[in-house]
Amino acid sequence: MAELRDLYQELILEHSKNPRNYRALADASRTAEGFNPLCGDHFTIYLKLEGDRIEDIGFQGSGCAISKSSASVMTQTLKGKTRQQAEELFQRFHELVTGKAHNGQLEQLGKLAAFSGVAEFPVRVKCATLAWHALHSALRERASSVSTE
Amino acid sequence: MSTATNPAGATTIQASSGFDVFQVRRDFPALQQQVNGRPLVYLDNAATTQKPRRVMRALEQFYCEDCANIHRGVHQLSERATECYECSRGKVQRFLNAREAAEIVFVRGTTEAINLVAQTGGRQWLAGGGEILITGMEHHSNIVPWQLLREATGATLRVVPITDSGELRLDEFEKLLNPRTRLVAAVHVSNALGTVNPVAQIIRLAHAQKTPVLVDGAQSAPQCKIDVQELDADFYAFSGHKLYGPTGIGVLYGKREWLDRLPPYQGGGDMISSVTFERTTYNKLPYKFEAGTPNIAGAIGLGAAIDYLEMLGMDNIIAYEREVLDYATRRLSAIPGLRIIGTAREKAAVISFLLGDVHPHDIGTILDQQGIAIRAGHHCAQPLMQRFGIAATARASFALYNTREEVDRLAEGLEKVREVFA
Repeated sequence: MAELRDLYQELILEHSKNPRNYRALADASRTAEGFNPLCGDHFTIYLKLEGDRIEDIGFQGSGCAISKSSASVMTQTLKGKTRQQAEELFQRFHELVTGKAHNGQLEQLGKLAAFSGVAEFPVRVKCATLAWHALHSALRERASSVSTE
Repeated sequence: MSTATNPAGATTIQASSGFDVFQVRRDFPALQQQVNGRPLVYLDNAATTQKPRRVMRALEQFYCEDCANIHRGVHQLSERATECYECSRGKVQRFLNAREAAEIVFVRGTTEAINLVAQTGGRQWLAGGGEILITGMEHHSNIVPWQLLREATGATLRVVPITDSGELRLDEFEKLLNPRTRLVAAVHVSNALGTVNPVAQIIRLAHAQKTPVLVDGAQSAPQCKIDVQELDADFYAFSGHKLYGPTGIGVLYGKREWLDRLPPYQGGGDMISSVTFERTTYNKLPYKFEAGTPNIAGAIGLGAAIDYLEMLGMDNIIAYEREVLDYATRRLSAIPGLRIIGTAREKAAVISFLLGDVHPHDIGTILDQQGIAIRAGHHCAQPLMQRFGIAATARASFALYNTREEVDRLAEGLEKVREVFA
């Protein structure tokens, strides 16, 4: 049961109950949908890009505690970041939840480090990365949709 | 402590049905294991059931002693393999009370059985239009084959709505049934809700205007007593692996009068009488529908599973599961914030539920950490989830080997979920 506490950390539960940036952006320059057909989780990511920088970011949708809190923490983390920084964070986050991160990297990840417990639950990796996949897709195209299957 | 070796507290169930669940559990090796440090509580039986030793022994005997291809060898092993395979067909025939063994077609599972009917009969009946009538609680396997057929023929797919408790609107069924209806395809027991549909009535109404009925029996074959003659079903499909048998084997029952008229499904060996480059004549029933080397071992394993169920007695199994369902319904209903989706008067041992606003996926993970296996998701019934305005449910589905103690473990596990998400 120790793994359970590692997975459902306080920060994750809190963000799933009170997601940040949970709104559609009326002036979004990019949107992308992330969909997991296996469990029905579905999120839309809204991006407002100012040149190369993420000026504003929001999300809406429904999903489990892991996918929702991950989307919430992602939006908090990425506001003000450049595209390249966002892609790098996705890379690091992916390494984290698949158990490939080095100890030293945890500190650089800030709140995202709360998702380290996901590595013990391989079937939940898709939940944790759903919003990130949608973001990745939004950064590449104006309007897009990704599926985890 | 394992629930399997502690008969205390099970006396009521044993006394009322003459069914010793703790004895039965010993026949299932998979149930003897620990998961995440706790004795496994397996409640995902609507997805697939665990297998009794008898089934594994039948598979082993086939592969160790009788392994040969069927219907063609002149040698001893082929004769034995053919005999075992056909003997299983006979067991299925008796299990369903079909008129003759030739009406039993071995397929991969319920899905293939439905596709077979859609691609053979469906193409004939719906050439140039017409309607297919299904229910609002179908599994994707009884929706998508008809959509494919709709694309091929221009047919119309109509759906009988259901009530908030998950019962079929029989009045709507009668309204939707019309002279253009070429086929009714209805699930007997809903995998997502547990609802037992009044298939006998559905069949009577459809037959009144000469419309054939296909019954999806994937969930009902293990949980109900099936008599295809009494039901007067035209087609009845089920899967071996949900009936304590192997995966990859299933059955399509079809009345001879229909099967005789249908064209073959797939072409190949075994389904022919003679082949020349100019012309092929097809084999008789049921071989016309069994092209290629079939799942011989699977069919034999399914026969062994049926033997096992008959040894226990379907009536005993049904009565026992009824009691487990009633107990589980009471126990789960008492959990604050728990809402059961699917409260039909006639239900099989399936409980779909939501717990507060906790996502079913999270429920599934937290229960798994306590050694409890349930299903979380849309149960391959997305239109049904949409009907209830939800994305997913958590589902506990029970089998003949589940105990009250396991229901208690589930209830305790759900308390833990509430704790985590308090």
